[in-house]
Amino acid sequence: MAPTATGRYYLPAGLPAPVAEPDGLDRPYWDGTRRSELWVQRCNRCRTWQWGPEWICHACLVSDVGWTRVDGRGVIYSWERAWHPVHPALKGHGPYIVVLVELPHAGGIRMLGNLLGDPQQVVTIGAPVEAVFEAHDDAKTPFTLVQWVCEPQDAAGLGPRRPRRAI
Amino acid sequence: MKDRTLRGKVVLAGIGETTYYKHGQAPASEFQLALEAILKACHDAGIDPREVDGFSSYSNDRNDPSRIAAALGLPALRFSNMQWGGGGGGGSAAVGNAAAAVAGGVADCVVVFRALAQGQFQRFGAAPPVATVAGELAMTFPYGLISPAQRFAMRVMRFMHEHGVRHEAQRAIALASYHHAQANPRAVMHGRPLTAEAYDASRWIVEPFRLFDCCLENDGAAAIVVVSADRARDLPKRPAYLLGVAQGSEHRNAARAHNAPLYATSSFTTVVPRLYDMAGVTPADVDVVQSYENFTGGVLMSLVEHGFFAAEEANEFLRVDNLLAPSGRLPLNTSGGNLAECYMHGFELVIEAVRQLRRESTAQVPDADVSMVISGPMVTPVSSLILGGEATL
Ligand SMILES: [Zn+2]
Repeated sequence: MAPTATGRYYLPAGLPAPVAEPDGLDRPYWDGTRRSELWVQRCNRCRTWQWGPEWICHACLVSDVGWTRVDGRGVIYSWERAWHPVHPALKGHGPYIVVLVELPHAGGIRMLGNLLGDPQQVVTIGAPVEAVFEAHDDAKTPFTLVQWVCEPQDAAGLGPRRPRRAI
Repeated sequence: MKDRTLRGKVVLAGIGETTYYKHGQAPASEFQLALEAILKACHDAGIDPREVDGFSSYSNDRNDPSRIAAALGLPALRFSNMQWGGGGGGGSAAVGNAAAAVAGGVADCVVVFRALAQGQFQRFGAAPPVATVAGELAMTFPYGLISPAQRFAMRVMRFMHEHGVRHEAQRAIALASYHHAQANPRAVMHGRPLTAEAYDASRWIVEPFRLFDCCLENDGAAAIVVVSADRARDLPKRPAYLLGVAQGSEHRNAARAHNAPLYATSSFTTVVPRLYDMAGVTPADVDVVQSYENFTGGVLMSLVEHGFFAAEEANEFLRVDNLLAPSGRLPLNTSGGNLAECYMHGFELVIEAVRQLRRESTAQVPDADVSMVISGPMVTPVSSLILGGEATL
């Protein structure tokens, strides 16, 4: 993960860390992020995309829901700029942006994340974005967050664009 | 199937509230507040508290009906009901559940209540003190998407984008609530008027919500006594009949991590047709509306989904004058509501809807005969109800 304007991570340390659910439902997703890969559910029978993960396919109700690696490209479906610090770790941090990203090539499923770069930037619904992987290797239980950057990449020092892989 | 209706079968016969306190300032425990509101509602109804045989609440109210029944010395408890779902989405549903119990012969006198002393418990607007999160929270909390305001801003932003709704529409809702609260001595924001300039100058909580777009957090309790229309016949207060009530949600509304297919809604699109169908009225018949404001953006979405105007008309319709009692096109949140009266999880809105029919509101709509409550936009399930006076039956 390349450095961001705020340091190693987009948000300050101390926010709750994600862990896979004890029942294992979302483990393929979290394991995938550790390899800088995006994995979501897709039904093996009717091919319906599904996110967040569920134990059965909501379209055909079989339990044979598979996992598929997807290309980390999408468009901004909605966004918000948060100012009020609702967690002690965010006190004095200033605004930050959360985006909801639609993946048109994966059935229009949506994923959340921060929009990296200038927290005061103009955010445009419909703008193309690309996933980047923010690895927290120093966490007690290491994890990786999927984050988003605008395409084409801005000059905020986020490093070269990750090569796209066909899925 | 025409029999499958609650229309006209029950009356909201008694209303009771404690003093509404700023968050953390209640002088009594949450349980004491609940008892106080329940006893006041019974007194208001002219009903002996020992006649109560059921309780209905929502949003995981902490005050167990069995303990309340013990405290009140009730001879028998016949109905103990909790509406699923967080937030204020259960406010009208809890009344509907009580009504269904009474109309169906399960119980005779059900108290619907909500008590909230956030000072004694975790606040809604603050992050819980946890080191790790799993499930849906693992996909939101690490991104700083934690509070209800942050959860719902994303939906409202999309709605405003899709329909070209401007910030002034949200502002009108906030100004109407504060305006009405100035006439209401019970309101926490009584004596604290809000101007458009002060609204515009207020800080962002999370765009598109400024400070005054967000509900209060308060301590207090509110209760309503529900009995059959027959039982209400010889009670002293002007009856508020339940004409219609509906609860529910949309296709996969709770799909995790913001994957609801109909994302930019307040969750009412499938609920509203059943509401109007049972009530036998149309939006044009509604005289006054109490619409739950967790955030003003949710109110504007709710009003669209309840058919008062099209989304594309929101900028034009949502002007302050249109929303004020006594003579606006659609008097809205006439007690001050969650923004300016008290955040009693929207149950104060149900009480205000009853007051309008009784002619007891501090912002009375003349001759109000059809009075609506909308509970909990953007959560799931949501609910709404329509009350009517004698003439509507
Ligand atoms: Zn399937």
